[in-house]
Amino acid sequence: MLGLLTHYPLLTALTALLCLGMVFGALLGFASVKFRTEGNPLAEQINTLLPQTQCGQCGHPGCRPYAQSIADGGAINKCPPGGQETIDALANLLDIESQPLDAEHGVEKESRVAFIREDECIGCTKCIQACPVDAILGAAKLMHTVIADECTGCDLCVEPCPVDCIDMVVRKAGIAHWSWPMPASPEHTNIIATDKEAA
Amino acid sequence: MNSVHTIHGGIHPREEKQLSRPGQVIDAGLPHELILPLSQHIGAPAEPIVSVGDHVKGGQRLAEDQGAVSAAVHAPTSGHITAIDMQPVPHPSGLTNVCIRLTPDHADEWLVLQGLADYRSEAPDTVIAHIRAAGISGLGGAGFPTATKLLARERSAIHTLIINGTECEPYITADDTLMQVAAEQIVAGAEILAHILGAETILYGVEDNKPAALKAMREALAASDDALGQQQVVSFPTKYPSGGEKQLIEILTGEQVPSGGLPADLGIVCQNPGTAVAVRDAVIDGKPLTDRLVTVTGRAVSHASNYRVRLGTPIAHLLALAGFTPGSRQRLIHGGPMMGFALETDAVPVVKTTNCVLAPTQEELPAPPPAQACIRCGLCAEACPASLLPQQLYWYARAKDQEQLEKHHLFDCIECGACSWVCPSSIPLVQYYRAAKSHIVETRDDKQRAERSKGRFEARQERVEREAAERERKRAERKATAQQKAAASEADDPVQAAIARTKARKEQAAQTKDAS
Repeated sequence: MLGLLTHYPLLTALTALLCLGMVFGALLGFASVKFRTEGNPLAEQINTLLPQTQCGQCGHPGCRPYAQSIADGGAINKCPPGGQETIDALANLLDIESQPLDAEHGVEKESRVAFIREDECIGCTKCIQACPVDAILGAAKLMHTVIADECTGCDLCVEPCPVDCIDMVVRKAGIAHWSWPMPASPEHTNIIATDKEAA
Repeated sequence: MNSVHTIHGGIHPREEKQLSRPGQVIDAGLPHELILPLSQHIGAPAEPIVSVGDHVKGGQRLAEDQGAVSAAVHAPTSGHITAIDMQPVPHPSGLTNVCIRLTPDHADEWLVLQGLADYRSEAPDTVIAHIRAAGISGLGGAGFPTATKLLARERSAIHTLIINGTECEPYITADDTLMQVAAEQIVAGAEILAHILGAETILYGVEDNKPAALKAMREALAASDDALGQQQVVSFPTKYPSGGEKQLIEILTGEQVPSGGLPADLGIVCQNPGTAVAVRDAVIDGKPLTDRLVTVTGRAVSHASNYRVRLGTPIAHLLALAGFTPGSRQRLIHGGPMMGFALETDAVPVVKTTNCVLAPTQEELPAPPPAQACIRCGLCAEACPASLLPQQLYWYARAKDQEQLEKHHLFDCIECGACSWVCPSSIPLVQYYRAAKSHIVETRDDKQRAERSKGRFEARQERVEREAAERERKRAERKATAQQKAAASEADDPVQAAIARTKARKEQAAQTKDAS
């Protein structure tokens, strides 16, 4: 055997390659069993970037299905609650060109929460069934109320309410939520007032 | 301990401290109305416990502190509560906030105040409860509730208390004046704080541009019976912003507070001299925090000085006392020229954090010229007292690159404004950092909220599916039992039996027909 190998150098190379192939093949086979990923990791990554409002404005029943559709090559600009920032983050993740928000699905608004005018609530439980995150408390024929901290502002409870007693109010109102605005960038400052029209 | 260290960067703006004649205090008297915001500190706003129409006495608590980080509000004089409503407050946003309005009855009747007879024999928690009850929050400018800050003793062993008499910001002389007129009270307050914290050493840090304050503090220390051991007044060269907490610690001890850490991690706690006096008044006399020293200065006022002001006094009242003649496009600044903010109206009240009201003329403090492009000169990096790279932070803030901003330690920025001050392009750098900081905090908040909603959505999804499966299972069960029943009863089914009988009869008939 050894004599044969020394006699035919080509055979040595072939045997070596064959052995290497077998070893690495076994390794790969083992790895594919041992480190198997369940589900689509890309959809999961996309899902973490989405705002989890679960509002369905994108046309999908929740953020996870939308993430799945993006992973399958769908448009990334259908999420109004996430706004431009989310689109940019998605474009960055998928390494594609960012796009403006598709106005067909809605416009970017500040974060809101549902507020039930409790005197007018008749206790029909329709909003409770509509809420995607179980943020409404109540029982049949008893007053309902929204857990403001858990509400995502998805608007889904407004439509089913038979007495229209749900308002959407701005979440971050008042001085406690005020933050410093970003200054206008120097390139956009017009020192001479009449420069405004030019450029 | 005698050696004084130096910090990176820093600037030397014109001091303008003599303008307000440090060392002299004028009583600001009683205005027509006191406006007491419920949020004069960092943390949760206080909750009112009085209602409109109530008559209150001086020192009476008007609003309770809420939760761990909060401070109570007390009546600075006797009078009637006329309203609890939204009023403009000193805040960079210029927005309104909930305030209790009190109309003084000019009798200035006070509750009988009860202090602790001998705090040294009391447990630290009792003394802290006293400080919390007095509604004290830091008087230096940030307004962190003092009782909460003193809880640092539970986190780590405190060995040094620093009284921060630096007052490095131009124009302001409130602490300087306090050190001159109330040095004994500062020392007494510091000793109480050191007792609570278990600190062996008390350092009084004072910049060398305040010789009168240094002298007064040294005399007060010599006169004190000094039961606690080491106390020392340390003087160091004037430089802005030596008065930053972390900067002062480095100057006095040579140690740097770790990034993202607290002074308590080094066994150090810093307090403002005004806070020390307020603590002394609360513990010894039982007096809540209802007044403070305010520097009213600038060349648009004729009687620049330090005023003893009751909290809630409208700034308009103070300005009238100081002989204010507004110029065209007059700016009013709450705080100093470096870290203060412009006020939109003089109707806002003096609050616990108001150390200065600055009314400069146009020539004195002109509005900043329009910002120009960054030329990457690097002066900002030389001036930064936190050894950051302001220029890089500027680019990243504009690009909203949060990852890089955090990598470049944006949150170690103390917003002192030294970088903006040296910038030859007049870029409002600090404003970029402030905006970027709040944006990052907001994003973190949203992320957390999204994570929670995701969990709740998935839990609901699972529940809905489980319920659907349950219903499906029950339906199948019902169907199966029905079928079983049908199969079992097939034998004695009357219809089937009748059909069978008819069939049999027909067959029989056919057979008889065949046979016949």
